[in-house]
Amino acid sequence: MKMDEILIEIQNLKKYFPLKRGIFSKGLYVHAVDDVSIQIPPRRIFSIVGESGSGKTTFGRTILRLIEPTSGKIIYKGRNIMNLNQKEMMTFRKKMQIVFQDPYNSLHPRRLVKDIIGEGLSIHEKISSGQILERVKEILKKVGLNEDHMFRYPHEFSGGQRQRIAMARALILNPEFIVLDEPTSALDVSVQATIVDLLIELKNTFSLTYLFITHNLAVVDYISDFVAVMYLGQIVEMGSKDDIFNSPSHPYTYALLSAIPDPDPKKKRSRTIPRGEIPSAVNPPEGCRFHPRCPYAKEICKRSEPEIVEVSKGHLVKCHFPLR
Amino acid sequence: MNGALLTVKNLKVVFHTYRGTVHALDHVNFTVLKNERFGIIGETGCGKSVTSLAIMRLIEQPGEIVEGEIIFDGKDLVKTQENALNTIRGREISMIFQEPLSSLNPVMKVGFQIGESIARIKNTSIKACKNDIAEVLRAVDLDPDRVANLYPHELSGGMAQRIMIAMALSSKPKLLIADEPTSALDVTIQAQIMNLLDDLVSKMNNTVILITHDLGVAAQFCDKIMIMYAGTAVEQAKTEELFANPLHPYTKGLLKAIPRVGNRDRLTGIPGSVPDLVNPPSGCRFHPRCPNAMKICSSQKPALMEINPGHLVACHLYGDENG
Ligand SMILES: Nc1ncnc2c1ncn2[C@@H]1O[C@H](COP(=O)(O)OP(=O)(O)OP(=O)(O)O)[C@@H](O)[C@H]1O
Ligand SMILES: Nc1ncnc2c1ncn2[C@@H]1O[C@H](COP(=O)(O)OP(=O)(O)OP(=O)(O)O)[C@@H](O)[C@H]1O
Ligand code: SF4
Ligand code: SF4
Ligand SMILES: [Mg+2]
Ligand SMILES: [Mg+2]
Repeated sequence: MKMDEILIEIQNLKKYFPLKRGIFSKGLYVHAVDDVSIQIPPRRIFSIVGESGSGKTTFGRTILRLIEPTSGKIIYKGRNIMNLNQKEMMTFRKKMQIVFQDPYNSLHPRRLVKDIIGEGLSIHEKISSGQILERVKEILKKVGLNEDHMFRYPHEFSGGQRQRIAMARALILNPEFIVLDEPTSALDVSVQATIVDLLIELKNTFSLTYLFITHNLAVVDYISDFVAVMYLGQIVEMGSKDDIFNSPSHPYTYALLSAIPDPDPKKKRSRTIPRGEIPSAVNPPEGCRFHPRCPYAKEICKRSEPEIVEVSKGHLVKCHFPLR
Repeated sequence: MNGALLTVKNLKVVFHTYRGTVHALDHVNFTVLKNERFGIIGETGCGKSVTSLAIMRLIEQPGEIVEGEIIFDGKDLVKTQENALNTIRGREISMIFQEPLSSLNPVMKVGFQIGESIARIKNTSIKACKNDIAEVLRAVDLDPDRVANLYPHELSGGMAQRIMIAMALSSKPKLLIADEPTSALDVTIQAQIMNLLDDLVSKMNNTVILITHDLGVAAQFCDKIMIMYAGTAVEQAKTEELFANPLHPYTKGLLKAIPRVGNRDRLTGIPGSVPDLVNPPSGCRFHPRCPNAMKICSSQKPALMEINPGHLVACHLYGDENG
């Protein structure tokens, strides 16, 4: 990819959390994000998918420096934002927003919707409260709510409506890049579809770029341009949506896909699912981190960590023996 | 043809809260046949757990069963006394919950707790159950030497759910109720647990009620499915029939709303949201969101009727009134 085709590039990002529990835990770290590199072109949806604890949330927050990375580079429009101080970071914050999973806890319960949505404006821009109100009205319409909703509290809204409010709050600053951390996972399926479509529509209207974090592969297949599969803090496979869904090459991706129960009773589910459970991120397995669960593991997998190989253009796999 | 193991008739459950009366179940009817795998599907708050708690007679204050019958193996559980219920619960009907850890005692080792439950069923001492404990753990693919000595907090979610399954099946219950047994688990672990449940239940011929909001899990496991909406049972059919030929507008909407891997066609959500059951909509509870709603729908509750053999639906579109 040429430089000007990339909005944000992450290089070798690491986030290790010191383990606080217990007296023997000194010097032990949770390898939450361990050497992750990605590039996201503008106006695209890049999805990160993985099971719980794989490091998706930590990755998303570290990119925005809501969590300080242990090491690595975050290059936004050609500029490494890791070196920026608090004040310089403020201007980037406007451009980079985040929407969280839980629409119940992420909105302040005792503040009116207009204040929740308008808050960012009053911090970042010197404009009158009347102007703020106008902008709030405008953005509410864009997310499918109306101005009557401004003078209500979050608890008066359903889960789907709250997620619309969260999107309005993120959008009011005219951002370019939004991290969406499981934005539909807490919603009922009948509502989830509506919100997913809204996200796509808003992306097109405002020329946005998304990092879409989820554990739901079906939603990923529906929404994404590019997909990265995470396992124990690392990206094990990455490529276009077609690469991942039509020719998965990493045994873990393959396993994830075959574990999804098909909502079609005529297609009986696969019985080849990975054995065992996800190991601890404190002491990740040596060699390939997936080897204790991998049906194709050989001796070398236990000892040496696989390099990332490009199996076809833009389709990257971290495995000694990629599937074909 | 198998006979009925469980028949729920006109079940009505309410909760008296400070906000008013929650009309949690409104005249729910269904029958579970012997050896059947019966799925109860619906979104948050539609009454799935309340239905299962009512069957176990575990609805407590401020809730109450105000009407209906729950005929299990010939007895009406609504009329059964508490001490008789205690011999049914855990023996003839067992239950597995979404949060397995909440049903385990945090300060006792896992092996001891399994032993305790077996000893209670067999009326013997825990010591006498040592072999049973090992056997039960092996049946759910756990290593007894290792796992029996663990405390609940040392278990992963998947292991904890295996243990709950082991305990629930140890009494060889006639009916197993599994309330969202895999909803808190990752998809690879969910697949392991569902495969395990599938194997064990096939071997032991238990009748199962599986509660889930995941249509995929239900499609893969259940013989028959009941769809619930806002405290009412709106449709029931054999699994294949339900997916191939959904009749109720809510079921149709639900099937169009679920994203599926390999299908990138546009999804359509159902407009609006689930109603508050303190003030449920009059008539058909789905009418404010229904694309087919007619005048009668807001005034009259549609009765559950058999439209095709074994396919029941509660919707005025299929009533006699409309031919
Ligand atoms: N503040 C923290 N301190 C210590 N460990 C943490 C912290 N935040 C996350 N972790 C650990 O880092 C790992 C990755 O967690 P993270 O929340 O990023 O995963 P995730 O993929 O978002 O999971 P989920 O799907 O459950 O949201 C986990 O092992 C988690 O326990
Ligand atoms: N103890 C209680 N007090 C008051 N209301 C209750 C109580 N238990 C359940 N309800 C209400 O009864 C209705 C049905 O709840 P139920 O727990 O059966 O839903 P569910 O279908 O199991 O949902 P979920 O998918 O979230 O588990 C809901 O409106 C709920 O708020
Ligand atoms: S490197 Fe080896 S163990 Fe790891 S995924 Fe590939 S084949 Fe499996
Ligand atoms: S009874 Fe009326 S409102 Fe209810 S589902 Fe049928 S058509 Fe829709
Ligand atoms: Mg997360
Ligand atoms: Mg429930």
